[in-house]
Amino acid sequence: MSERIKAIGVRAARWTILGVITFFLAFPFAWMLITTFKRTSDLYNLKHNPFLFYEPPTFEHVHRLFAETLYGEWLLNTALVGVAVVAITLVLAVPAGYALARLTGGLGEKLGIGIFLTYLVPPTLLFIPLSRVVVNLHLDDSLWSLVVVYPSFTVPFSTWLMMGFFKAIPKDVEEAAMVDGYSRLGAFLRVVVPISLSGILTVAIFSFTLVLQEFVYAVTFISSTRNMTVGIGVPTFLVHGDVYFWGSLMAGCFIAGVPVAILYNLIVDRFIAGFTVGAIK
Amino acid sequence: MDAAVKSRPPPRAKATGVVLDSPRWLGPLFIGPAVLYIALLVGLPFVMALYYSVSNTTTGGQTLGYVGLKNFAGVIGTPKFQTALKNTFVFAAISQAIIIVLSHALALALKKDFRGKRLLRFFILLPWVAPISIGTIAWLWIFDSTYSVLNWTLRMAGLIHGQGFMWLGIPHLAMGSIIAVHVWRQLPLATVILLAGHGSIPQDIHDAAAVDGAGFWRHFFQVTLPLILPISLVALLFGLIFTFTDMIIIYNLTRGGPYDTTQVLASLAFYTGIAGGDLAEGAAIALFLFPLLLAVALAFLRIARRTEVI
Repeated sequence: MSERIKAIGVRAARWTILGVITFFLAFPFAWMLITTFKRTSDLYNLKHNPFLFYEPPTFEHVHRLFAETLYGEWLLNTALVGVAVVAITLVLAVPAGYALARLTGGLGEKLGIGIFLTYLVPPTLLFIPLSRVVVNLHLDDSLWSLVVVYPSFTVPFSTWLMMGFFKAIPKDVEEAAMVDGYSRLGAFLRVVVPISLSGILTVAIFSFTLVLQEFVYAVTFISSTRNMTVGIGVPTFLVHGDVYFWGSLMAGCFIAGVPVAILYNLIVDRFIAGFTVGAIK
Repeated sequence: MDAAVKSRPPPRAKATGVVLDSPRWLGPLFIGPAVLYIALLVGLPFVMALYYSVSNTTTGGQTLGYVGLKNFAGVIGTPKFQTALKNTFVFAAISQAIIIVLSHALALALKKDFRGKRLLRFFILLPWVAPISIGTIAWLWIFDSTYSVLNWTLRMAGLIHGQGFMWLGIPHLAMGSIIAVHVWRQLPLATVILLAGHGSIPQDIHDAAAVDGAGFWRHFFQVTLPLILPISLVALLFGLIFTFTDMIIIYNLTRGGPYDTTQVLASLAFYTGIAGGDLAEGAAIALFLFPLLLAVALAFLRIARRTEVI
């Protein structure tokens, strides 16, 4: 009998923990969604229950976001920077990860840890000198400044992740290819890269989401509204005005935030594996 | 190098073949560009930050004179800096303490498989995977002085009357709000790291403990916790680094206010160096972070080496 009570207690405790914490974590996103579709008159009526719709839902906020702000351009800017940074990251990090996994011997491990540690040097330490570098390169207030600077944080981590993925591939694979007459480079390009595609995709998605997350460099280097990314455009432009357009703000947050979250969710298991135990072997 | 490379077939006669085949050449060729990039965009700016902190450079000016430790001396005495330094530690300590407790509870609750677990995990991961500047704006709306849904809920529950709390307008309340958002932001990462740790414990060990009759708490503190301690430390160190260096939450929620009471080193460096144009003083403030980060990184390496977590 007491066993059963205990089991029920454990279940109740588990679902209470899950329920309360999940509510805390997901609530702001639910709130974005509710606010996005509420009419202004409904939103700002203090007598109304904020959780309920007293008037029919509306697209006015989404419409204003695209018609009266540069939100569309911010999305496009973000996508362009993201794609360029992912390309640079892959070109630099995939070969580097392979070299650390196979080619550089005992030095490789130290170099790998060194590269990983640069990930721990945060933008808040580097943004001041980099702002001067960006001005001297005449890249201030240009999206190119972000394309040049962002790989400084995507490359270290991506190299680390790729190293883990390459270590998981048996050496026999390349040896067989080299016996077949490929050079080591040929074996890498024709055999290792194709079977590592899912790892490379993980790194690409991860780098892309890092670009979307970045804030400090973007707010430091970009000054004109037209060149902003979503991450700084929404808070800087929509909040700095005298009037807060909460409906449009929340629409802007939801549209930019949730697709990224879905994308990230696809890779999160591989990412965590690379983050924690991917490189033991 | 390894035996596999030595036993490969003899290199082809072509000169390029020799270069592309030999790990001695290919290794540096493969890793060189990445190392060069990191040296130029992380190493060089870091050295520049060191020099700026002992110079008198500003955003517009061309001067780069050496002024010794004047910036540091000038900064340390100000109440603004002392508050920021204190806040950096307070935010990190309190938020990490809460995160440790909640992430362990959540990881334990999520360990078993059940229907809908994937969907639940998606909701749990949201704060970490959605862009952070966007997540904090939702909180700005939740904390709004007039339309705060928190105040409405408290009012309906009969806990408060009238206008309600100015969540971001009163010093201690603002600090509490910022800590809550830090916890909200970092809890998902800590939880998934711990889940990975739980996943790596062989089931036999749990079975053996169950056979020996260990109760829930005894099982947790004497079996599970010691086994996931290293990975918990990894989660903690990442959490510390993220909290020490974050300025987005402050920037979006309070801009350091009211009266600079919620400023941290990272945000103060931004407001002094970029918004205020005093690059030298900003660099000096930012560099105060470095010993903290170095200590965390060294701890990280020690744990990693001892336990082979990374």
